[in-house]
Amino acid sequence: MEELVSLALKSIFVENILLAYFLGMCSFLAVSKKVETAVGLGIAVVFVLTITAPVNWALNHFFLRPGALAWAGESFADVDLSFLVFITFIAVIAALVQLVEMIIDRFSPALYAALGIFLPLIAVNCSILGASLFLVEREYGPVESLVFGFSSGAGWALAIISMAAIRYKLRYSNVPPGLRGLGITMLTTGLMAIAFMAFAGIQL
Amino acid sequence: MSSPATEIQQERAPLLPFGKKERQNIVDPLSDNNPITVQVLGICSALAVTIQVNRSLVMAAAVIAVLCTSNVVISLIRNLIPPSIRIIVQLAIIASLVIVVDQVLQAFLYDISKQLSVFVGLIITNCIIMGRAEAFAMANPPWQSFLDGIGNGLGYGIILVIVAFFREILGSGSLLGFAVIPQALYDLGYVNNGLMVLAPGAFILLGLMIWAQRTWSGYTEEA
Repeated sequence: MEELVSLALKSIFVENILLAYFLGMCSFLAVSKKVETAVGLGIAVVFVLTITAPVNWALNHFFLRPGALAWAGESFADVDLSFLVFITFIAVIAALVQLVEMIIDRFSPALYAALGIFLPLIAVNCSILGASLFLVEREYGPVESLVFGFSSGAGWALAIISMAAIRYKLRYSNVPPGLRGLGITMLTTGLMAIAFMAFAGIQL
Repeated sequence: MSSPATEIQQERAPLLPFGKKERQNIVDPLSDNNPITVQVLGICSALAVTIQVNRSLVMAAAVIAVLCTSNVVISLIRNLIPPSIRIIVQLAIIASLVIVVDQVLQAFLYDISKQLSVFVGLIITNCIIMGRAEAFAMANPPWQSFLDGIGNGLGYGIILVIVAFFREILGSGSLLGFAVIPQALYDLGYVNNGLMVLAPGAFILLGLMIWAQRTWSGYTEEA
């Protein structure tokens, strides 16, 4: 239990998937202009990540990793399908994003309209595929995968919502022309990443 | 692109024309329409792999290979893809190409492929590839799409190598793995800037690069 809490805190603050691993930058930069849309996209990412991480863990554990097919019989014991990881994961993610899109459309048309084009783009949000690939590389178990997926999503949502709030303030400042928009956002993200590094001192 | 005059011109032109427009396809993304600093595509990997110059060179080569092939393949079948499922079709094509690139890297450059870890797989979700497939390859013939792939891949690679150059030289005092800052300087009290190796250094350096490039090319955005 303690390990899981520590893993969750680590993936939200210390190793924030956006600020330490740069995953999900494209939608982070594009959707952080308004707090409302940032909150919506943040929730959608948490939702998709929490589902995809354990599903992809199961697929990898029972079908794709070297020797995973041993349950199907002796002759499959040395089959290694790990090269199929990329295409399987992306297919799972694309299908789940479609599902989330339909659910949001059904229950919250306002949010659906606000997220607009960015909802399908969650499929190509690197943080989703990145988290699934990380859990294969770090050999997490099923519960760890669930916790890792949820807390990575929460960390990403935290980063994008704070960024949207900062950009509200930035509108009233006099930024040099070449730095406007993308440039100043990158610099602010850098400062935010430094601030988040302070959490590295927390020992659990 | 779709005006009748240009279409007729293309019919008369040789199989692989290389005129002003084709040169534009390559030169434009290098600076004025750079995928990273102007189109804001593919930032994730641009930051993650730039700790060392050799890593970013390999990454740039991998992205150019995937981008050119995917642009050509998607452009060849662009009239056969039903619009409603085009994203899935594009993702399947790109994912298959990335698997090939990953296997090649593991076979010939095992060390670097281990260091790049998940970021080779993340070429699939690199927005440059999807973005160019969607914006260019779906509407243009294969040869132009190929050139567009080369141009955007190079534009991406240039930024990657420049950021990596500064991060490696300031962060570890080396270049391509060789120490370039003389020992005498360290004796005088010079120290490597550890922040450059960490994530914040990458954000700030890329922010400054974007500033410099946009001031130079005169591109500004509202907000």
